[in-house]
Amino acid sequence: MAELKKAKKPPEAAGALPTVKKDEKIIEMVGVSKVFDDETVAVDNIDLYVRKGEFITFLGPSGCGKTTTLRMIAGFDIPTSGKILLGGRDITDLPPNKRPINTVFQRYALFPHYNIYDNIAFGLKLKKIPVTYVNDKGEQYTKMQKLTRREIDEKVKNALAVVDLEGFEKRSVSTLSGGQQQRVAIARAIVNEPEILLLDEPLGALDLKMRKEMQIELKEMHRKLGITFIYVTHDQEEALTMSDTVVVMKDGQIQQIGTPTSIYNEPANAFVADFIGDSNLFNGTMVGDRTVRFCNRNFKCLDDFEINEKVDVVVRPEDIRMKEAEDGMLKGEVVSVVFKGVHYEITVMVGKTEVVVQSTECRTVGETIGLDILPDGIHIMKKEFTVNKYDGYITKRNTAAFGDGEFACDVTQLYPGSHLDEEGYLITAEGEQIDLTDTDVTVEVGLQNIEITDNAEEGGAQGHIVSIIYKGDHYQVIVRTEENEEDFVLDTEYLWNENDYVGVKIAPEHIRLALKQETKQK
Amino acid sequence: MVKKILSVALCAAVLIFIYAPILLLVVYSFTDATVIGRWEGFSFGLYAQLFRSEEIMRILLNTVVLALAAAALSTVLGTAGAIGIFYSKKKVGAPLKGISQIPIINAEIVTAISLALLFSFVALYRTYFSLIIGHMVLCTPFVVLSVMPKLKQMDPNVYEAALDLGAGPTKALFKVVIPQTFSGILSGFMLSVTLSLDDYIVTAFTKPRTFDTISTYVYNAVKNGTNSSTPALRALSALIFVVMIAAVLVVNLSARKKKEASR
Amino acid sequence: MMKFRFSRKQLCIPYALFLILFVVIPMLMILFYAFTGETADGGISFTLANFADFFTSAAKLSTLLMSFTIAIISTAICLLIAYPLAYVLARSGWKKRSVLLMIFIMPMWINFVLRITALRELLDLIGLLGTENYLNTIIGMVYDFLPFMILPLYTTLEKLDTSYLEAASDLGANKLTVFTRVTFPLSMPGVISGITMVFMPSMTNYVVSDTLSNFNITILGKLIDQYFTTYDNWHMGSMISIILLVIIFLTLLATGGFKEDKDNARGANLW
Repeated sequence: MAELKKAKKPPEAAGALPTVKKDEKIIEMVGVSKVFDDETVAVDNIDLYVRKGEFITFLGPSGCGKTTTLRMIAGFDIPTSGKILLGGRDITDLPPNKRPINTVFQRYALFPHYNIYDNIAFGLKLKKIPVTYVNDKGEQYTKMQKLTRREIDEKVKNALAVVDLEGFEKRSVSTLSGGQQQRVAIARAIVNEPEILLLDEPLGALDLKMRKEMQIELKEMHRKLGITFIYVTHDQEEALTMSDTVVVMKDGQIQQIGTPTSIYNEPANAFVADFIGDSNLFNGTMVGDRTVRFCNRNFKCLDDFEINEKVDVVVRPEDIRMKEAEDGMLKGEVVSVVFKGVHYEITVMVGKTEVVVQSTECRTVGETIGLDILPDGIHIMKKEFTVNKYDGYITKRNTAAFGDGEFACDVTQLYPGSHLDEEGYLITAEGEQIDLTDTDVTVEVGLQNIEITDNAEEGGAQGHIVSIIYKGDHYQVIVRTEENEEDFVLDTEYLWNENDYVGVKIAPEHIRLALKQETKQK
Repeated sequence: MVKKILSVALCAAVLIFIYAPILLLVVYSFTDATVIGRWEGFSFGLYAQLFRSEEIMRILLNTVVLALAAAALSTVLGTAGAIGIFYSKKKVGAPLKGISQIPIINAEIVTAISLALLFSFVALYRTYFSLIIGHMVLCTPFVVLSVMPKLKQMDPNVYEAALDLGAGPTKALFKVVIPQTFSGILSGFMLSVTLSLDDYIVTAFTKPRTFDTISTYVYNAVKNGTNSSTPALRALSALIFVVMIAAVLVVNLSARKKKEASR
Repeated sequence: MMKFRFSRKQLCIPYALFLILFVVIPMLMILFYAFTGETADGGISFTLANFADFFTSAAKLSTLLMSFTIAIISTAICLLIAYPLAYVLARSGWKKRSVLLMIFIMPMWINFVLRITALRELLDLIGLLGTENYLNTIIGMVYDFLPFMILPLYTTLEKLDTSYLEAASDLGANKLTVFTRVTFPLSMPGVISGITMVFMPSMTNYVVSDTLSNFNITILGKLIDQYFTTYDNWHMGSMISIILLVIIFLTLLATGGFKEDKDNARGANLW
């Protein structure tokens, strides 16, 4: 998790928000995990800090742990392990009522049995503040005292003014629209002058127009109040528009922390790239100094990785230029054109790969065009390489064709409980007879399950060794085929020579097959 | 048209069936006749007798005090129970809810003798303690049943919101959870009062020998064949009928009006 | 500091103790008494004699049979009266139909001993008391438990989405078919909960049978009462209770009453 260190803020963002300049950690989470009773791991060992006064957003799909993280900061959930510090003080076990933090809930959670005034005054009426008196002997002493009725009135009035609901004191909760209830919920929280305001998908229940308005208002409120906002949303646009810092989460882990710009332009991994905005994702290999190969072509890029390293390549659709057929780095056929209001979304088939392009220019379906990608439009991310993945198909002989080769395999794993009859048809558990010939499959082979042999014809596929990396106790070898440049990555104890022509052998039981799903075009 | 006449006829017939005995008693409570069917002129004599009868007045008081006490205790116990079950893990809550159903489904006589067995074992048989526990066994599960749906309807975040705004758990419970489930708590209380007032069998098996409620007193009067010899009971019944009908009408109609108004 | 995490859950502890002490243990004691008996020297020993005795005693078996018959007839009559009534009320389209319903279920709030005594006076007046004990008992059961049949039926019929009925008509069903194929099947939950609420008390509420038959009819509930109060044989009384519980259990099983949402439970929505 090298990305955990926060990316440095670009100076222009800091300049717009003077409060962010104070580089003080208000909240710090250290190795925090949350495991629920049913053993689901909601948050998995996260480290992060929030700077005083910033607008930070936890962004991720549902179930990514963002709300649980927020609830642990609020005090509703206690971490299973790890620590939460507030201004350096350990508050991990502190109950919510003792924290200087207030929450705006997703569905507002206004008290239906109180009117607006009583809802907003709820926290104020419970609050005790130190008041200093001087006694007869002239000694000073402090007493904890409740706020007076007048002070409460004043504060409630101010809070209502902040959310633009002056004069709503006596109204009942049920007479308010969703947007108004949301404002009351915000007023109820900020009236307590918390150090941190937590907002749990506060705009989720509002319609689009209202949401846009509230986004601007919340941002404005943050600027005026100058307190820390911690915001949770699954809406990437909302996160990018409003935040100083975005924390992208998935499966209870932090994927990336950074400014909206850095998250968009330099996604840390394929998940972030895919989740934030539209993107083309390619499997690539580093082939030289700042040179990456994908779509059967070498591209110059700005990122520096080890040669032969497997990487994910992200190209934003707006970073692809359309050219005349013969002028482009890539050549492909336009398969669909969709008008999106400001731009066209054009899908181009380059060989077997789909490339999505956004452009204000239009093209016609069936046309052959060229595509250019400039180095600064190519974002390269390290791939956690644990398994070889291929697209393949089943042959007539019930073997799997992939990686420019053909391998014996167990096709019955495609349908649980199935078996093969004498003629080679697959009989499913329900008794259905299936001819698997030409069925598209995805193939996975573990690094440790591939063997290579000098006798090239013995293998299911053949290629040259293009890379050997010593990994401490073994070598990681990459064998590349000639025809389509498919790579087999494998771990071996033996030392081979680069450029050896070898055969690739995989035991049938180590070839994991899955039926290819219709991949949805993004 | 035929359908309408049939409908009205059915309603009328059932109403007559339900209210004829009640009406008969009310009418004959205004005459001094010892036997129903022989009108001996209009008189408040039975009512005078009723209010002069220390025995009946004491029984009336017994019944009301028992009902209020049992209902109050059941409401506290049942409300706490419902809140506890609601916030417990399913492993704890589900069996409790299941056991809670036993007194509801069970025949009253079985509940009654089971308590008789228990209390004679611990030498508390036919005491005020066994009596009040008996009534609580009848009432508390219904309080739980009344409160539970209100808890389910409540936004789960409001309790947390109260904590968030600085209320301690106890304060949050009393300022947020109890007020929001109050209609359920109140109907649980009313239901408990009704069930306790209505009960004969459990009372008969748990009450101290010298203690009587209206139910046990009237039943014993019939049993001993003294029913007609105490016509004052007729006035008592008539009075209870009228008071209860009036109370139910007032409570239900005002509750309904409130509901309609809040819509 | 950890206390607040548990305080809400802890609220169920008193109720849990209450249920264990006053519901679970007493029920276990019935079970214990049912399968034990007093030995000659005054000790307690395990025995199946009570069980055997019940099923070999013609008197007890006839009581069981008679109780069963009275309960079935009473339940059937209640259903026959309550269903059309609830249907008329629920489907009347009258704005204040809930007020009308209240008039019909009013007796639920009034002490049943007093109501049964009033009925006794009426039966006496028309000359049935003392002559028609079985008839009087059945009239009494119907009189007492009719509201408990009307209420769940009304509730289910009232909630019934009219679009189902319109859809059935639209698909060509006539009024009778709409009723038999759509309305009635959809009202089954109400029917079941009504039956369970009437059948069981009709077998056991001996106040009704005692009052209206001048103590001449002994139903199962009365038999239990007698073994406890008159014969002072608590072991036999417990055994009869166990048999009664088995019958209740089987009825619930047969009618699917266990699946019922308990909102319809006896009087749960009285107030």
